[in-house]
This record gives sequence, structure tokens and C-alpha cells, in this order.
Amino acid sequence: MSVRLSARFAALKRENRAGLIAYVMADDPDPDSALEIVRALPAAGADIIELGFPFTDPMADGPSIQRAGQRSLKAGGSLNSTLALLTAFRQTDHDTPVILMGYANPIEQMGYEAFAANLSGAGGDGAIVVDLPPEEDGPLRAAFARHGLPIIRLATPTTNETRLTTVLAQASGFVYYVSVTGVTGAKAVGAEAARAAVSLLKARTDLPVAVGFGVRDAASAASIAQVADAVVVGSAFVDEIARLVDDGRAHEAPRAVAAKVRELSEAVRAARQMERA
Amino acid sequence: MDARRNWPDLPDANGRFGAYGGRFVAETLMPLVLDLERAYRDAQADPAFAAQMSDFLRDYVGRPSPLYFAERLTEHFTKIAEAEGLGGAAKIYFKRDELNHTGAHKINNCLGQILLALRMGKTRIIAETGAGQHGVATATVCARFGLPCTVFMGATDIERQKPNVFRMKLLGAEVRPVTSGAATLKDAMNEALRDWVTNVDNTFYIIGTAAGPHPYPELVRDFQSVIGREARAQILEKEGRLPDAVMACIGGGSNAIGLFHPFIADESVRLIGVEAGGRGIDERFEHSAAINGGRPGVLHGNRTYLLQTEDGQILEGHSISAGLDYPGVGPEHAYLNDIGRAQYLSATDDEALAAFQLCARLEGILPALEPSHALARVGDVAKELGPGGLIIMNLCGRGDKDVFTVADSLGVTL
Ligand SMILES: Cc1ncc(COP(=O)(O)O)c(C=O)c1O
Repeated sequence: MSVRLSARFAALKRENRAGLIAYVMADDPDPDSALEIVRALPAAGADIIELGFPFTDPMADGPSIQRAGQRSLKAGGSLNSTLALLTAFRQTDHDTPVILMGYANPIEQMGYEAFAANLSGAGGDGAIVVDLPPEEDGPLRAAFARHGLPIIRLATPTTNETRLTTVLAQASGFVYYVSVTGVTGAKAVGAEAARAAVSLLKARTDLPVAVGFGVRDAASAASIAQVADAVVVGSAFVDEIARLVDDGRAHEAPRAVAAKVRELSEAVRAARQMERA
Repeated sequence: MDARRNWPDLPDANGRFGAYGGRFVAETLMPLVLDLERAYRDAQADPAFAAQMSDFLRDYVGRPSPLYFAERLTEHFTKIAEAEGLGGAAKIYFKRDELNHTGAHKINNCLGQILLALRMGKTRIIAETGAGQHGVATATVCARFGLPCTVFMGATDIERQKPNVFRMKLLGAEVRPVTSGAATLKDAMNEALRDWVTNVDNTFYIIGTAAGPHPYPELVRDFQSVIGREARAQILEKEGRLPDAVMACIGGGSNAIGLFHPFIADESVRLIGVEAGGRGIDERFEHSAAINGGRPGVLHGNRTYLLQTEDGQILEGHSISAGLDYPGVGPEHAYLNDIGRAQYLSATDDEALAAFQLCARLEGILPALEPSHALARVGDVAKELGPGGLIIMNLCGRGDKDVFTVADSLGVTL
């Protein structure tokens, strides 16, 4: 299993706080800016990075991440260029875990074994593949196992008891709870329901539990951070990039994303202190 | 005389046709497709479901559709064959699914799926559409059974297919324009899947072709197999024997698999699909021939042949016929191709257009541009089989919807 990932979750536990997992899309808005954006994430407070690789048909993503993917593709983004970005990031950062997130087809075209080898070689720490449910992730799981990489499983509000057994059976790394029935960034998450789901999951697995998909602001991030091991935020960061690109100020994107990450990271870090106070 | 081979019952328990098919969906949708599969098994075991289907197919859709001997087309190809020094051409029959209510085969499937939706207690229907034929068929059954209907349609297609958009609205459906991606059929399907992920409790997604996550390819095939079952019985009655070839156009492949499936175990019957060759099958990708010009990959819940780039990005494709303009193909066709049981040819825009006009003048039938692609290859197969041969072609839709496109292509202003 990825040492970086387990070390990071162990450290979070020692610090008695939740982590912030920051999602951005590779090569959005262009390869150089994206590298700058990703490089700035750890210092701004991202504990783990989720790096999207683009796909033309992102069926589980809302408008924000759809457009991020289109900007990335327009800038020449691909699974290969995502791995190149990761390799470049690893030259200066050896500790921050990076998880790739995307859809199955680019991986199918690269080949499961080649993808596992390339991801491991680039310094990646696992992957989330939205359209590979447990029934379909066998080949990737086998390839990942050979390279010590976890495949992150998703649980959702539609995951019932029996289904959860299937989901958790070969889960590794952490469990990603998708807190809304809907696409990424769609509607504000009901923090209460998410907290209840996290308790249920924690009763069933020793793996860390991260919550994502509908978390956009500091308040909901903080509320979830009181119970979850990590909070995933994506659309809120990607929207900063979109706003600046639309304004013709793409060069300001790295600083704007970092500022937003800092805001959410502070909320996540303060969450359990607040609770105790 | 005609060998019926033991044919494996596919898909398997994982929804696979060999390497193809499967359930490549987000975890949120997994419980829903598993539910749908349970409900379908339940319906299959219930004679009342079959009885209900056959009543509506007869009285509402107008089945059985006739099997018609296309005598003048047969004569036409015979003359050409003779002029070429060949012995003659095979007899050509049309399976006339264009005579169905709403003018295409799409309604066979929509009827089956809405009856399933009602059994499952669903109260809202969604669908994707490209040309609008599946959208119209879905809106039709929704009106008939009193369920609200939302049809996702690419903004580009809405512009190209105004009459069908208005038809859907007359039938009470909401047509929701999709502007993401290239704003055509595949984007409409993405948007329908996003809606389904969002409205998991009350919504039933009626997919329009034999593709998507398991069990859709199976149940769409089963609902469309009425075409092949009827055709098989009708040809035995008219000719006393099985055909030598059955032919159909391939968009996602639902009309084709519906015709093919009941003949699959009849080893002597050639199964021939015709893909949309657009402006030619080459690296420009100005076609929609997923099998002839694509590679296997994963999209919209299944593994199948897809038009795509080296690094797995999906391409748009092109066809003069909006109903064939899809970058994938149903997984069972991918499988039948690989094992060699079915053969997949293609026809270009121009060939389809010529076949459309030929059929109009010789048979007094305006075929849809989709089956015009199949018709464009019928002549070749008829010559190859020679006199005494028998072909059934699925005339799966009527061409009224296409008169504007055809006029445009012929340089006529209406
Ligand atoms: C008349 C007609 N034929 C064929 C098709 C293609 O679909 P399929 O390959 O699923 O039969 C369509 C789709 O809209 C259609 O309207």
C-alpha cells in the first residue's frame, strides 16, 4: 500500500484533525499553470491532492468539472500528460499523496498494467475511477496490487447494506463517500446526512473515510470535518480557474486557487477545536 | 435441413458478451441497474407481462408488421446482375417496421421499458435522443401511460430536427437542450445519466438502443426481437425456408439485434449489419462506423467498439442520418463481429441517399435514411447470393422525417 498515503492519514490522526483533499484537473487551464497550481496546493493546506485526468464524456461530473475537462483537453491534456505533470510535481514534493481521478476509457487505452506501472513510476499513490464499480475493477485492482497502489472505492447514499459489503470487500487506501445523489459540485451537501453516513461507514471499516462531491464552502467542510477523516473539495477550486480564464486573467489562477484552498483548509483544521470549545 | 446450433445464452451473469458489455457506471447507479435487472427477471417470469406486451404491440403499435416482397427492387438488381454477366440476384423482402405507430422500430422497446417502469413503481421517465425518433417514441408511451417525460437532446440536434422536437412537445414531453460537449447524441446520453444519478428514487431511464450498462443491451434486444421472431415465421410461411441473409442498419444496433437474434442459432443465415460510412472510413473520422473504423473501449456503461483517439477521448463521428450518428455500438454486435457470427459492412452518405431515392421510385416507399444504409448494401449481397437466394432487410423506419435533409442534399429548397 502507498506509504505516503498511510503516513498522511496516520499524521492526521495524531493531529486529531481531518485532512483536506484538493481536487484539480491536470492541464487546466494549461500545462504550465496547472503545474504551478498543483505545486502551490500543499503549502496552502491541501493534505492530499486529487488530480483529475480529462475525458470527453464525464458522466458523473457537473458543469464545473466538465468545463475543466474541456479546458484541459483543449490545452492538449491526456492521461499521459497528467502522469507527466505528476512526475514534475514529485521533483519538488516527496510527501504529499497524489491520487488520480477520472474515467475508465483513457486507462483502457493505455492498458491496466501499463497504467499501474506508469502511475507508480510517476510517484502516484492510487486512483479513483468513477465508472469502474467493484464488479468491473478486477483487472485494475490486480495491476495495482502488483505495484502496491490502492484503488479507492466509492460509497454513496444509494449504497445499501449488501452493497456496502461488496464495496468494502476489496477497498484499500481510504473509502470515498459521495455525499450527494448527483454530479460533482451539484448541490450543497446536507451535512447531517453526510455525518450519519460517515458513522455508519466507520462502524464497518477501519479504512479512513473521506467525504466529497457536494462540499463547496467552509461551513459545510467544517461540519463534515468533525466526523470524517478527510473532506474532498473540487468544484470550488476549479470555479476559481474558470472565473479567471473567463476574465482573461488565467495567470492569476495559481494564487486564487491557493487562497481558496487556504480558506477551506483553515475551516477543516479548526473544525474539531470548534467542536470541543 | 437448417441446422440450429446450440447457442450460448448471453449476456452472462455479469452482463458480458465475451469481453464486451458490463456495468461501467458510477457507484451511485449500481444499485439502480441491479434493481432493474431484478425487476426484468421478475417480468420475464410473469406471463401477465408477456400478455400485456403482446396486447399493446398488436393494438397500439400495429404488429405484426408485414413481410413484403420487394419485387421491383429484386427485378432491378436482377437486371444489373445479368448485365454484369452474373446469373441474377436474390429475392429481397422488407420487414416493414416503418409501418409501426410513430414510424419506426423504436416503439417496440419503449413499450417494453415503460411497462417495466410501471411495474417498478417509477413515476418519471427520462430518455436521450439524437434524431428525435426515440424521443418521440418515448414521449408517445409516456402520454399513453400518463407519466411525465423529460427528453435530453443536444442543442445542435434540436436545431437540425425541429419537427420531431415539436412532436415531442405536442405529446406532452419536456425537451431539455444539452449544450455540454458537442451538444449531440452522446452528450444527451451523458446528461440523461447525470439526471438519473440525481433523481435515483423516482426516475426510470428509457435507453433508446441496445447499449448502456447491463441489463439494457439485453432487455432492449429482447423487446426488439419481436421483429426477428415475426420475420422468421413469416418467411417460413411465404417461402417455406429460412433466408440466406438478414440485413439491418447499425446505429447503436437495436433494430439490427432485434432482427438478428431469433436467427442467431440458424447457422445457414448470414447476419449482416450496415454501419454509417459517412464521408468515408478513414482517419478523418467523418463517419459513424464504430466496428469498421473504431477500437474497443468503455463509454456509457459498456465496453464496446468506439470512435476514439489514441488516448481514449471519444470522437463525434458523422452521418447524414442523425439516427446513426453515435460513436459506439451495442456490445452484442461487438461480440458477434469478433466471433465472426455477424458481418458488418458500411455505406456512405451518398450511397444511402441513392438507395433512398431508388426505393422511393421502385417500391413507392420513402425509407428513413437509417435503413437506406442497409438498402445500399442489399444489391451487393443479392448479386452475391444469386437467383434462388433470399434476403430480409429491416425497413426499420419511414423517411418522412428525412425529407428536409434529403432535399438539402439534393440542392432543393423547400
Ligand atoms: C429509423 C431508425 N433506424 C435506426 C436507428 C438507429 O438505431 P438502432 O441501431 O438502435 O436501431 C434509428 C435511431 O434513431 C432510427 O430512427
